[in-house]
Amino acid sequence: MYDVVIIGAGVTGSAIARELSRYQYRTIVLDKNSDVCEGTSKANSGIVHAGFDNEPGTVMAKMNVRGNEMMEQLSKDLDFSFKRNGSLVLCFDEKDMDKLERLLEKGKKNGVPGIRIISKEEVKKMEPNVTDDMAAALYAPTGGIVCPFGLTIAMAENACENGVEFQFDTEVTNIGAKDGGYVLETSKGVFESRIVVNAAGVYADRFHNMVSDEKITIIPRKGEYCLMDKKVGGYVNSTIFQLPTIYGKGVLITPTVHGNLLTGPTAVDIEDKENTQTTAEGLADLLKRVAVSVPDVPSRQIITSFTGLRAHWTEHEFIIKEVEGAPGFIDVAGIESPGLSSSPAIGEYVAELVQGIYPMEKKADFVATRKGIPNVAEADFEERQELIKKNPAYANVVCRCEVVTEGEIMDAIHRPLGATTLDGIKRRTRAGMGRCQSGFCAPKTVEILARELGKDVSEITKSGKGSNYLTGYNKEDI
Amino acid sequence: MKTKELVCIGCPLGCSLKVAISEEGIMEVAGNTCPRGADYAKKELTDPRRIVTSSVKVQGGHLPCVSVKTETDIPKDQIFACVRALKDVVLTAPVEIGKVVAENVAGTGVNVIATKQIYAE
Amino acid sequence: MKTEIAIIGGGPAGLAAAVAAREAGVTDILIIERDNELGGILNQCIHNGFGLHTFKEELTGPEYAGRYIEKVEELQIPYMLHTIVVDIAENKVITAMNKEQGIFQIEAKSVILAMGCRERSRGALNIPGYRPAGVYSAGTAQRYVNMEGRMPGKKVVILGSGDIGLIMARRMTLEGAEVQAVAELMPYSGGLKRNIVQCLDDYNIPLKLSHTVVDIRGKKRVEGVTLAQVDENRRPIPGTEEHYACDTLLLSCGLIPENELSSQMGVELNPVTSGPVVNESLETSVEGVFACGNVLHVHDLVDYVSGEAKMAGENAAAYVKEILPKAGTEIPLKGENGVRYTVPCTVDKDRMAEKQTVRFRVGNVYRDSYLCVYYNDKCISRVKKKVMAPGEMEQITLVKSKLQEAGSLESITIRIEQE
Repeated sequence: MYDVVIIGAGVTGSAIARELSRYQYRTIVLDKNSDVCEGTSKANSGIVHAGFDNEPGTVMAKMNVRGNEMMEQLSKDLDFSFKRNGSLVLCFDEKDMDKLERLLEKGKKNGVPGIRIISKEEVKKMEPNVTDDMAAALYAPTGGIVCPFGLTIAMAENACENGVEFQFDTEVTNIGAKDGGYVLETSKGVFESRIVVNAAGVYADRFHNMVSDEKITIIPRKGEYCLMDKKVGGYVNSTIFQLPTIYGKGVLITPTVHGNLLTGPTAVDIEDKENTQTTAEGLADLLKRVAVSVPDVPSRQIITSFTGLRAHWTEHEFIIKEVEGAPGFIDVAGIESPGLSSSPAIGEYVAELVQGIYPMEKKADFVATRKGIPNVAEADFEERQELIKKNPAYANVVCRCEVVTEGEIMDAIHRPLGATTLDGIKRRTRAGMGRCQSGFCAPKTVEILARELGKDVSEITKSGKGSNYLTGYNKEDI
Repeated sequence: MKTKELVCIGCPLGCSLKVAISEEGIMEVAGNTCPRGADYAKKELTDPRRIVTSSVKVQGGHLPCVSVKTETDIPKDQIFACVRALKDVVLTAPVEIGKVVAENVAGTGVNVIATKQIYAE
Repeated sequence: MKTEIAIIGGGPAGLAAAVAAREAGVTDILIIERDNELGGILNQCIHNGFGLHTFKEELTGPEYAGRYIEKVEELQIPYMLHTIVVDIAENKVITAMNKEQGIFQIEAKSVILAMGCRERSRGALNIPGYRPAGVYSAGTAQRYVNMEGRMPGKKVVILGSGDIGLIMARRMTLEGAEVQAVAELMPYSGGLKRNIVQCLDDYNIPLKLSHTVVDIRGKKRVEGVTLAQVDENRRPIPGTEEHYACDTLLLSCGLIPENELSSQMGVELNPVTSGPVVNESLETSVEGVFACGNVLHVHDLVDYVSGEAKMAGENAAAYVKEILPKAGTEIPLKGENGVRYTVPCTVDKDRMAEKQTVRFRVGNVYRDSYLCVYYNDKCISRVKKKVMAPGEMEQITLVKSKLQEAGSLESITIRIEQE
């Protein structure tokens, strides 16, 4: 019998797990995928929003500003990449200045620090590559960028080190109430728990609807992105949004925290909750839209494109509360943008909700900090020397585009919640994320995974069951 | 009189060859840059042959397999038989370039030899 | 650590450059290779067809590499394996790492860039669809099949008819996979004609010109791809889609010289080739830094790589021995009317060899056209070519004495002309 079962090991579930691990709860996180950060959390903008565009008074507005405020300290405590690069909302037409003013007002009401409208000249000084066809911009200095994998994995690892269990490849198929708690039937057996936290992203409606007659619908809203080479990572410095125009909500262009250039997302509501296809139309549309902000977007430097699904609730608000008529069942649903930014605050808030339902003592031995995998690429000569002294494998570069070493890959495998797949290695170390997109390093990474996990290379997968990298031996079928 | 068109595979030039075949079966080759083109065309139309390259397993080497080739070309219709004959061959490192891996492969009278050095590990 | 000539990369270019530099009298040479053996990509090119120019016989890739490795051993040229260069400063201080020595620096008098190239990835091609396992660059698959004895897939579609794609169609077939089709975006193949004959025709594998992949299906592993025909602007034509059930998509869609280190040290790059801008001595914009092989421009034939590398090695040797004439007036070489680029980019009448080879690629398929060379505005050579294609590198020869006779030259232009 668990005190808390969290469904979903995305950024929200991981944040909640980490906050709950401060207390003496027996907590488990279940996820149908083979690793943390396999759903919505893996494919998004990586933006820590300042929090000006949420309707004042909403849960979204509160969580966003609080999450943004927490992010910096959290990044130090848990050792993940985060940078306050500031954000701009470009207003393209004098006629729309009132909209920009309204956005400023909202930001002020939401308590966004330092937010102000800046002139075209100021914008051009900050961002020489943005369009001249622009009137002014809303500048939010607290806007930031974060590594979504880094954030999720850091919180999950820290939760794990503080005693939270994680079980992967475990799909919840049914939930029933029993003795004031819940019974969860899964693909890996039955789990009983006093409290259930539904942090299932695009599937949150499915679990909510198992325990409530007040049905909700979470719509997967598809967004396509493309990522450009680090060569052009400095093309813009801040995260550049567009003031919504008659042509739609607009797309952003931003440096990523690792120095690439990212643009996206498009927005198309779909039905299939697994449809992460990219499309030729989507990409063309994206490039057309982003050109409104930066006319000469260096699209020849695209190294990959991807699609993410936002968990969009029809009311466009976060649902974070105990479900009426289902005591002990907490929804954390509709967590679309600014979900990543809000996640630390959501974790904090849900822990309070759980405390309210079933109070528990704090742990005396909670460890609030976590050290990430050493980053050889970013280390200087002396730091590299030190690392290599500890383990010569830090001198063996496996991924040459991103300068990721065998030592880092071994670390990624042997950490708490260690990587077992190629994607797992990629998200923890960046091996394969560079310009060759794993052409050279994938075979080597597969080999290291097999060696360290005591498996044959044929058993190694890209992202869990059914995604095997190799199909057999030469001449097997002749 | 018949004509056939071929692309020479003798070298990367890839000459387009025109072969005129008389009633008596005598071939006239045009379009070749060098004499090897004429030889190729005549052979390709009477006894097409290819060099086959593949790899075989090695135990205890710095790599799990070694690349191999047929020492000379073999009849085209024996290519798969040749590869099949290599299926169960397992060598032990070290392997030197030129080492005979399979003799008279698939009855072609041609040996298969190693094309890479594999060190013992 | 110090060395007179540091060679970055121990593939065919690096090996030939090392041998040439040694034979030109420089003993203090160091080859730095990232893999665990010398030979580079040739080690995985186990097919035959190498060496007709260099050795007058037909060798496989590993054999061709083997000949040079033997020479390197014989000449006792020092090399480091499993060593990655992480930085080269403009003053030619190289920072490298390996497991044995950790991180260390090498001061070189001259540097030869011979890092080769990488394959264009799915991401750079913007192929729509899911991102399952089973999408590989042809070279990755080649390494698995030829060096590890492992099959990356059983039912295969190949996009791109570059030579590696064609060669892999045959290799995968011979090793037991079913290769269903090779699709090529352009209306002509990017590979050598002989490879279409002996890799596709021999095995009845269809080559679908003017086709591309418009969808990849399968959430975990590839389950199928959709091919469609493209119009003259290379845009898919609706209604021409054909679905293929397969577990693997191999990509052979072009090679890109790997010049991250070159850019770091301030070497100027040519946007057409993605390789360094070099003069007749194959010297880059940084004095004493030379480039050769696929890092300079992508070749079809390793024989040409060896020849080019030999020249780079000899010039680097002359440079460190301080007998390479000081750079004088560089005459720009221009490609026009279908000639996309030239290597070298400039020639110096005093520094050039008696016969200077200039290599280039054309931008389209040209039949019965004339390859013309102009000194300033004066046509000095006009040669009829039956066919020129982007997949096959072309060359002309400049003769030193003729250039000297020509007097003052503003430019030399190579162009393709009809009638």
